Amino acid sequence: MSIDERQRDDLRPYGRRTFLAVVAGGLTSLWWGKPVWDRLAPALRPAADLLPSQVRQIVPSGWRIYTVAATMPVFNRRTWRLTIDGLVERPLNLSYEQLLALPRAEQVSDFHCVTGWSVKHVRWAGVRFADLLRAARPLPQAKALAFVSAERPYVDSLTLEEAYLKDAMLAYEMDGKPLSRPHGAPARVVIPEMYGYKNVKWVERISVAKAPLDGYWEVRGYDRDAWVGHSNGRV
Amino acid sequence: MSDIRYLARFSWTERALHWVHASAFFVLLGSGLVLYVPSLSEFVSRRPLVKSVHIYTAVAWLAALVLIVLVADRRALSRTLRELDLFDDDDRQWLLGKRAPQGRFNAGQKLNFWLTAAFAVLFAVSGFLLWYGERDTRFRFASTILLHDGLMYAALVLLVGHLYLALIYPRTRHALRGITLGTVREGWAREHHPKWVEEQSAQDPDRARPTTTIR
Repeated sequence: MSIDERQRDDLRPYGRRTFLAVVAGGLTSLWWGKPVWDRLAPALRPAADLLPSQVRQIVPSGWRIYTVAATMPVFNRRTWRLTIDGLVERPLNLSYEQLLALPRAEQVSDFHCVTGWSVKHVRWAGVRFADLLRAARPLPQAKALAFVSAERPYVDSLTLEEAYLKDAMLAYEMDGKPLSRPHGAPARVVIPEMYGYKNVKWVERISVAKAPLDGYWEVRGYDRDAWVGHSNGRV
Repeated sequence: MSDIRYLARFSWTERALHWVHASAFFVLLGSGLVLYVPSLSEFVSRRPLVKSVHIYTAVAWLAALVLIVLVADRRALSRTLRELDLFDDDDRQWLLGKRAPQGRFNAGQKLNFWLTAAFAVLFAVSGFLLWYGERDTRFRFASTILLHDGLMYAALVLLVGHLYLALIYPRTRHALRGITLGTVREGWAREHHPKWVEEQSAQDPDRARPTTTIR
């Protein structure tokens, strides 16, 4: 082939050009991908609505369900209890009804996962941590909260300062409905300023402590500093 | 009872590269879908395990490809690469939907190769960024996951076409023999890749070396 290749003038390196163009387009999409997609997505919505609902359910619309155990905890309304203990004057054992009876807070906030996806404008309802802890009366040396999930061995913690941020809460409703099982029924932490791994699902115990502990993912290499940054999806 | 002659179409190296890529792709696709599709994530659970399978398969896939290239006849491989790179007038006609005689690879196969290779690079880069961005959020970009997911859809389209032509469509599916056993029927090759058959017999009768079997 190489002998007559040199005499032929109709050969063009389309192969490598295709390769380079696709690679270049793909790599630069790390900058233009999201803004372009955000513009395109609303335009594509009418077309997506034509798809059968089964298909639409399969294709992720934002949320991805992360778990660490083999099965998700099952919520039983009658037997469920939320324990608040540790550095408190009065440890508590709240039933689901008692939790719902506490002052209700509502908010709309964005949710950012450290693995790269975000969901905008999520409607949450729940209890602010100050209201949740009031009856337990944290001791003066209390500085942090550890959240123990019914999904063993998931734990994570926040400093009291973080937990008292004005849009942090223990949420029991999402988008107008009681929290569903994949989203941590019946109650989960919501702290929009921090990545999802701090937003512990299936919370069954809140332990008040002197200092934050390393959570499930922090032990596995994630940053203790879970603040959502400006370079990574917040804008 | 007839005398069927077979021509060697794909070398050991080419076949090994193909199958390493193919098997890794299926494992990555399967585990990736479990990580990606909420209903599947719920159904399968065991996310940490599935995620490890996904990540280690990706590493093994890249390592195996590099290893094969290192031990292979690299001159032969770069000849193949050149064949895949260059498009002639017939290839352009073929891409326009006209029937034009094709070489060892037709123009569609050439394009499929380069797209697959480009996707592989982009999958690897975006996958690495997803993995590393979890650990150092300075490398977490809003568009990385979009790229990784988008590539999956694009690769799925290519795969469906590829599988149809390789397994179902009667006129082309004989090609599967070439990528598994290495050889294809001469008659089939003359129909689908006539320029390749001519080149071989004209230039290097030794390399053509038809293997003969009696049926």
